[in-house]
Amino acid sequence: MKNVNWLVVAAGVVVGLAALVLTMLGNPANMGFCIACFERDIAGAIGLHGAAAVQYVRPEIIGLVIGAFVMSVANKEFRAKTGSAPATRFVLGAMVMIGALVFLGCPLRMVIRLGGGDGSAIMGLVGFIAGIGIGVAFLNKGFSLKRAYNTDKTEGSMLPAVMVGLLLVFLVAPAMFKFSKAGPGSMHAPFFVALGIAIVVGILAQKARLCMVGGIRDVMIFRDFNLLYGFVAIFATILVGNMALGKFHFAMFGQPIAHSAVVWNFLGMVIVGWGSVLLGGCPLRQLILAGSGNGDSAVTVFGMIAGAAISHNFALAGGPDAVKAGVLKVGGIGPHGQVAVGICLAALLVVSMVNIQKEG
Amino acid sequence: MVDARGYVCPMPVILTKKEIEANHPATLEVMVDEAAAKENVTRLAESCGYKVAVTEEGEDYKLVLTK
Repeated sequence: MKNVNWLVVAAGVVVGLAALVLTMLGNPANMGFCIACFERDIAGAIGLHGAAAVQYVRPEIIGLVIGAFVMSVANKEFRAKTGSAPATRFVLGAMVMIGALVFLGCPLRMVIRLGGGDGSAIMGLVGFIAGIGIGVAFLNKGFSLKRAYNTDKTEGSMLPAVMVGLLLVFLVAPAMFKFSKAGPGSMHAPFFVALGIAIVVGILAQKARLCMVGGIRDVMIFRDFNLLYGFVAIFATILVGNMALGKFHFAMFGQPIAHSAVVWNFLGMVIVGWGSVLLGGCPLRQLILAGSGNGDSAVTVFGMIAGAAISHNFALAGGPDAVKAGVLKVGGIGPHGQVAVGICLAALLVVSMVNIQKEG
Repeated sequence: MVDARGYVCPMPVILTKKEIEANHPATLEVMVDEAAAKENVTRLAESCGYKVAVTEEGEDYKLVLTK
């Protein structure tokens, strides 16, 4: 057992606390901090999809990128780079988002759901680990999206600039955006509180290299537990916090904004785990890398936002469990979503195989 | 020498691990350009019994691994 990296643990605890506080202040239940959900809400707010329940300019995403940008500049780790298969990364980002919205959450929300007692997320975790295992197997076979190259600081600053632009337009002319009147998109913490918390989380996540996929991946690759401490710290903080607040409710069905369709929870997170390993990091880490100058990660984030639009425009996303007249109706995905899961898995296999580099 | 500049994690670790497993070098030079890669390769090398010396070269990091 390696020495515990307390910086990663501290970052995990802060992320967990942030999720608890943001939920208390108005964010949806078990969704204090969800990268996929919040990018999906931004996609809705700028009119890329028409799902009325999930449209809001989430300051959490803006704050994470700004925090990472500030920290990477402050500690001289800002590196403007791009050119590592950006088009492939765009598509992978879209597929990761489609998988996350089938499950109803990114890896971070998966942990938050588990910490709230959501048993339907257990199969998501199993799928996530399986997906990471598949991705690692391809890494060991020689998969690579090849190297990135140094570029101008302006190119490396594109996502931070877009996020600052989004923030300014929101502040000056909020009426330009679409906002949910009901549903998860209508539930949110006060804007500036959420922005401030997210900037702190972005700073810490950059410093600690926090990554939800990296923890399990690095244990598989070289038995390195460094990042896994963050994963566990987030879960423990959420679990203890929910218990202290009386918000822990264990059940396998009917959890907030979640479905209990076992197969689709599993396969959705297989896509997320597999795709994230190929990309080199989870959706949270992509935001942090993009804030630190990585143009390829910025393209990945744009791909994820496009993936969210595709998910809702083509009815691919999961629908939550519902109770009607006292009867539980299990949610899940429709036929479009099921076909999309098949396409994403097949496409991941093709991307994984064609990018195996020959030795030397 | 392993030139892992331009790669995001975990590629620098994978490339270094392959070199160590294939050739068991007594000394190995690894070039990376990200602090996260520097830290990860260092942890890998130490777990394989190497001592690691890091020097900054412009925006890059040179890691010298010695048994």
